[in-house]
Amino acid sequence: MRVPLSWLGEYVDLPSDATATTVMDQLVRVGFEEEAVHNFDLTGPLVVGQVLEFVAEPQANGKTIRWCQVQVAPDGAKAADGGASIRGIVCGAANFEVGDKVVVSLPGAVLPGNFVISARSTYGHTSDGMIASGKELNLSDDHDGILRLASMGLDPKVGADAIELLGLFDSAAEINVLPDRGYCLSIRGVAREYSHATGVKFRDPAQNAKAVNGEGFGLSIQDAAPIRGRKTSQSFVLRTVTGIDASKPTPTWMRARLKLAGMRSISLAVDITNYVMLELGQPVHAYDLDKVKGGLIIRRAKKGETLKTLDGQERKLSEEDLLITDESGPIGLAGVMGGFTSEVSETTKNVLIETAHFDGISVARTARRHKLFSEASKRYERGVDPRIGELAAARVIQLLELHAGGKAGSLGSTYSDFEPATEISLPTGFASELMGVDYKQDEIEKVLREIGAVVSAEKTGLKVAAPSWRPDLLHKTDLVEEIARITGYDRIPSLLPVAPPGRGLTREQNFRRSALNSLAAAGCTEILSYPFVSSDSNNLFADATKAVVLANPIQEEAGALRMSLIPGLIETAARNLSRGLTDLAIVEHGSVFVSSISKPPVFPDTSARPTAEQIANLEQGIPSQPKHLAGLFLGSRLGSQPGSKSIAVGVEDALGAARVVGAAVGVELDLRQAKPKGFHSGRSAELMVGKVVVGVVGELSPSVSKSHDLPRTVGVFEINLDALFAVAPLSVTAKPLGTLPAATQDLSLVVKIETPAAEVLAAVREGAGELLEEILLTDDYRGSNVPEGSKSLTFALRFRAMDRTLTQAEASEARDAGVAVAKQKFSAEIRS
Amino acid sequence: MSNSEGISQAEVSKSVETALAEISKASSIAELKKAKGSILGDGSALAGFSSRLGKLAADQKAEAGKIVGSARAKVTEAFESRESELSAVEEAKLLEKEAIDVTALGRIARTGARHPLSLLQEKISDVFVGMGWEIAEGPEVESEWFNFDALNFDADHPARAMQDTFFVEPTQQKLVLRTHTSPVQVRSMLDREVPIYVLCPGRVFRTDELDATHTPVFHQVEGLAIDKGLSMANLRGTLEHFARIMFGEEAKIRLRPSFFPFTEPSAELDVWHPGAKGGARWVEWGGCGMVNPNVLRASGIDPEVYSGFAFGMGIERTLMFRNEVSDMHDMVEGDVRFSAQFGMVL
Repeated sequence: MRVPLSWLGEYVDLPSDATATTVMDQLVRVGFEEEAVHNFDLTGPLVVGQVLEFVAEPQANGKTIRWCQVQVAPDGAKAADGGASIRGIVCGAANFEVGDKVVVSLPGAVLPGNFVISARSTYGHTSDGMIASGKELNLSDDHDGILRLASMGLDPKVGADAIELLGLFDSAAEINVLPDRGYCLSIRGVAREYSHATGVKFRDPAQNAKAVNGEGFGLSIQDAAPIRGRKTSQSFVLRTVTGIDASKPTPTWMRARLKLAGMRSISLAVDITNYVMLELGQPVHAYDLDKVKGGLIIRRAKKGETLKTLDGQERKLSEEDLLITDESGPIGLAGVMGGFTSEVSETTKNVLIETAHFDGISVARTARRHKLFSEASKRYERGVDPRIGELAAARVIQLLELHAGGKAGSLGSTYSDFEPATEISLPTGFASELMGVDYKQDEIEKVLREIGAVVSAEKTGLKVAAPSWRPDLLHKTDLVEEIARITGYDRIPSLLPVAPPGRGLTREQNFRRSALNSLAAAGCTEILSYPFVSSDSNNLFADATKAVVLANPIQEEAGALRMSLIPGLIETAARNLSRGLTDLAIVEHGSVFVSSISKPPVFPDTSARPTAEQIANLEQGIPSQPKHLAGLFLGSRLGSQPGSKSIAVGVEDALGAARVVGAAVGVELDLRQAKPKGFHSGRSAELMVGKVVVGVVGELSPSVSKSHDLPRTVGVFEINLDALFAVAPLSVTAKPLGTLPAATQDLSLVVKIETPAAEVLAAVREGAGELLEEILLTDDYRGSNVPEGSKSLTFALRFRAMDRTLTQAEASEARDAGVAVAKQKFSAEIRS
Repeated sequence: MSNSEGISQAEVSKSVETALAEISKASSIAELKKAKGSILGDGSALAGFSSRLGKLAADQKAEAGKIVGSARAKVTEAFESRESELSAVEEAKLLEKEAIDVTALGRIARTGARHPLSLLQEKISDVFVGMGWEIAEGPEVESEWFNFDALNFDADHPARAMQDTFFVEPTQQKLVLRTHTSPVQVRSMLDREVPIYVLCPGRVFRTDELDATHTPVFHQVEGLAIDKGLSMANLRGTLEHFARIMFGEEAKIRLRPSFFPFTEPSAELDVWHPGAKGGARWVEWGGCGMVNPNVLRASGIDPEVYSGFAFGMGIERTLMFRNEVSDMHDMVEGDVRFSAQFGMVL
C-alpha cells in the first residue's frame, strides 16, 4: 500500500517536518513493513509558460524542431530562475499551438532520473529551458508530446509554480500490509494505525460523507451454493448519477495522488472509483447505466457460461464463480473484475455505482481460478468493511457531481444482511499473563476502544465486540496482540525459561556429526546441492519411475527429486572442474526420495488432535526419504610435491572414505563385489554390515563420467545412513586385552583371479578361530611362479591366546585350519 | 717408602700421563675405541699395575691399591669424557648432514572442510541442547496437513498463497516440499509429552529463483516451547540468550508486530549485531510469536492450560550477515573453495 502524505494528512495531523520515511518509521512500530519511498523525483524551478510563437525548422536528420518563444513570467517580472520573462526554447514535439500553456523546466531544474536542465546549444539555438511532457514529470506515461495544461482543464497564470499546481511536491510511503490487516489497504485504515502509533487524533473519512439514498433499481442476491456455507454478501449498494461529462479531465491533485499510490489515470469516472477505493478500502465498480439491461441478479455461474472481462479476455466460468448479471447475462465477475459490455467510456452519460461486500473466500477462489488478481480482489480476499458501502457510494457521487458535472439519481438499491459483530471475552489478567507485561486495566480498555471495538464489562473481565473492519479479531489472543502492539512490544521484558533436563542429541544426530566430521578430517569437503534433478539423472543410479515429481518445478528439466546423491555430486564436480579445481574429494549428506503412491489422504479436522488412524492415513502417502551420505573423488589424491609424484585418485579413495564413515559409527564395512547401476561393472562393490547392504562403492561408469565431462576415473560411494545406523552398535562392550606374546605368521594362498580377496580372508579368519587376533592382506601377486588365471594372496596373521604364550606349533595349527576352509570354499592352495 | 717390588706414585703417574695423551690424541670414536685396549684393556699399563698389586705384601697393598685405583679412575673418566665429547661432535655432524628443508615438505593427506551451513546448524543446535532443549527433525516432502492445515493456514487464506510452494504430482496426494520447518513442530507436539522444548533445523523450499539473496532451497531453524505459564517475555529471554551466543555479549533483540497464521501475537525479530560490517546495527533476523491456540488444539494440547512460543530464522541469512557472505550463489554452488575458507570453524 502506497500512502501519499498529503492524503494521509487529511485524516491525521502530520508533523510539519514529516517525510515518507518518518511516517514509515511510525507505522513499523504498529506492525507494518517498510517497502519504499515514492515521489516525483524532481526539483524546480518548474513554471507555467505560454507559447508566444514558434518557427518549425526541418533538420538534416529528418526531424522537425520548433524554435519557440515562451513566456515564463509576467511582463516585466523576473522568471523563477532569476532570468528573463521570455525564453527561447527548442522543442521536438508538435502537439501544441501558439497560446498553449505548458510546463517549462527552467535552467537549474532537475527532472526524474537526475536530468539536470541547463541552457544549452542545440540545433543552432541556445535552448534556455525545456517544455516538459507528462512522462518527463513522472506524472503519466504520455511521451507523445508535451503536456498541454488545457488538456487537464487548467488555465493557470503564467509564471505560476507548476510543482504546486500539479501536486508534484507530494511523496508516498509504501508499506507492506500483512494479510490479517485488509483494512489497511486504505488511507482510512493506515490513518487509524498512524494514530495508534503516534497518539495523534484520527478523523474517520467514513464520517465525512453523508449517505445518499436511492431506490427502485432491481437487485436480487440468489446464491444457491454459498462457498463453505458462508454469507455471499453482507451488503450491496447501487446508486446512480446522471448527466455526467465523462470526457472531463481528472483533477490534477487526484491524478498526482493516484500516480503516487501506484495507479494509472484512466478516465475521470474510473479514476474516481479508484480514488474512493484507495481512500476507504471499498472496491467500487461503475457501470454505464444505459448499457445495463434491467435489474441486477447476483448468482453463481451456470455450467458453460462465459464472460468477457474489462481486460478484453473471454473467460470460461466455473460454477463456483459469483457473477453480477443483468437481463443480458453476466456483466461482472463479483469482486474481481467488471464486464466488457457495460464498461464506462468517454461517451457515458449516466453511471450505475456498485459498492458491494463479498465473501473473501469466494472472491479469492475466483481470482486464483482465473489468475486475475485485481486491486478489488486483493481487498475482498483480506476482508472489506461490510458497513462502509453506502458511505463509499456517497463519496463517489460527491466526486462525480463535483468534477464530472453529474447529479445523483433517485434510482438505486440497498441490500444488507450484516453478520453480528464478533464478541470476544477477554478475562482479566489474560493479556498480562500471555505477554509477561503488567498491563493496567484502563490501558487495555483504551487500546480496545481506539481500534474501534465496543467494550463492556462482564463478570470475568471484558466483553469486546470487534469492529466491522476487523474480521481478523476472533479470539482473545487476537485482542492481546492489539494491546501489545499498540502499547509497544518494547515493553516486553526478557525472562529466560528453564526447560526440563534434556537428553542431548539423539544417537542418529551424533552419528551424523561424527561421520561428517571424520570425513572432513580425512580430507573430504562437504558440499550442499539442490535435490532437483532430471529424470535421466535419476535413471543413472536408480529407477526413475519411482521418483517423486514436482508439479511446478522452477526448471522443467530438473523436475524430479533425487533418488541418489551422486547426480548432485557429479554436477558439483563438473562446476568445480570448470573453475579449474581439478582435484576433488567432495561429500554430501541429505535426503533422497522414493515415491509411495497411495490413495489420496483424508485431512483430519484441526479442531482437535487427529486419531492414530488419521495420522497413519496422512503418513502412508508421504514418500520414503532416507538420509544418504555420498562422496565423489577425482583428479589427484595428492599433487606432485618434493620427493613424490602426484598420486591419482582411484576407487580406493572412495572406499577409504566409506570406511571412515563406518568407523565413525562403530562398524567395519565388508565388501561384496557387485555391479551397481551407473558404476564401473568391474570395479565396484556393495558395502555390507553382516548381510545387510548399506551402500555402494566403486568407480563411476566411464560412460557416465564422459557424458558429464569428468575424467575417466571417478571414485564414488553412497551410503544409506538410515540403514547403517540401524545396524550400528548401540554401545561398545570392551573385550579384555591379551598381553601375552603374540605369534605371527605369513600365509600365501593361490586362488583363481576372480575370487574376491575379502572372501578368502573371511574364510581364513573363520577357520583359524579365536586365536587369530588380526589378519591383513599384504600382497596380491600375479605373474611368474603363479599359474595362469590364478593369483597369490599374502596375508599377515597375528595369533594370541589370553591364558598362555602360544607356540609356533599352535599358531601353525590354527593357520592350517584357516587354510582348510579357504581350500574347501575356493580351492585355495598354499603357495610353494 | 717404595722399593723395587713396590708400585711407586711416579711410575703410575707417568703411565697415566701416557694414557691421557693417547685419549686426547683420538680424534674420532673409532680411533678412541681402537685405543681402548692399550689404555684400559688387559695389556695396558694400568692392568699391569693391577696384576702387580696382587703380589705385593699386605702392608704395601693398601697404599699401592689407592694409587692404582685413583689412576684407573682418572683415566676412565678422561676416556668417557672424551668419548661423549667425540660422540657429540659426531652426532652434530650427522644432524647437519641429515638436515632437510622442512618448509618444502609435502602433505601426507588432503585437507577437508565442513559446509558452513552445516556447521552453523550444529552450533545453533548446541546452544539449545545446552539449555536442555532437544533437536527434532522431519520429512522434506510433507503432507499439506502438517505444512499448512495444522498450522492454522486456512485452505483459502491468502497466507497460504504467500508461501511460494512447490507441489508434488499427483496433486490430489496433497504433498508439498515443506515451505518451513514448522511441520516438525506439529510432529513434535503430536509425538512428545508436554512440556516440549524442541529446536527444528532443516532444509526448506520456496519457488524463488536463485539470485544473490534468494534460493529455492534453503535452511531454517525453528524453536518451539510449550509449557504452563510461558509468556512472550520468555520468548524474548530465549532469543536474547541465543543472540548473545551467536553475536557476542553486546547483542540484543528487538520485536516488531507482525502476522503469521501459527502465532498470535506475532513479531518480526531484529538482532543488534555488534560485529556487523560497517558498524553495529539492527539486522532483520526472523519471525516469532506465541503459538496460536488453534495450532495447539490441532495437536491436542489444551490452550487453556498450556501456552507456548515459537521462533524461526534462516540459516543462510544468518551466515550471510554473521560471516559476511555476500552472494547466495557461493553457498549453493558447491565450489570447494567456499567450504575450504571455513574448514571446521565458523
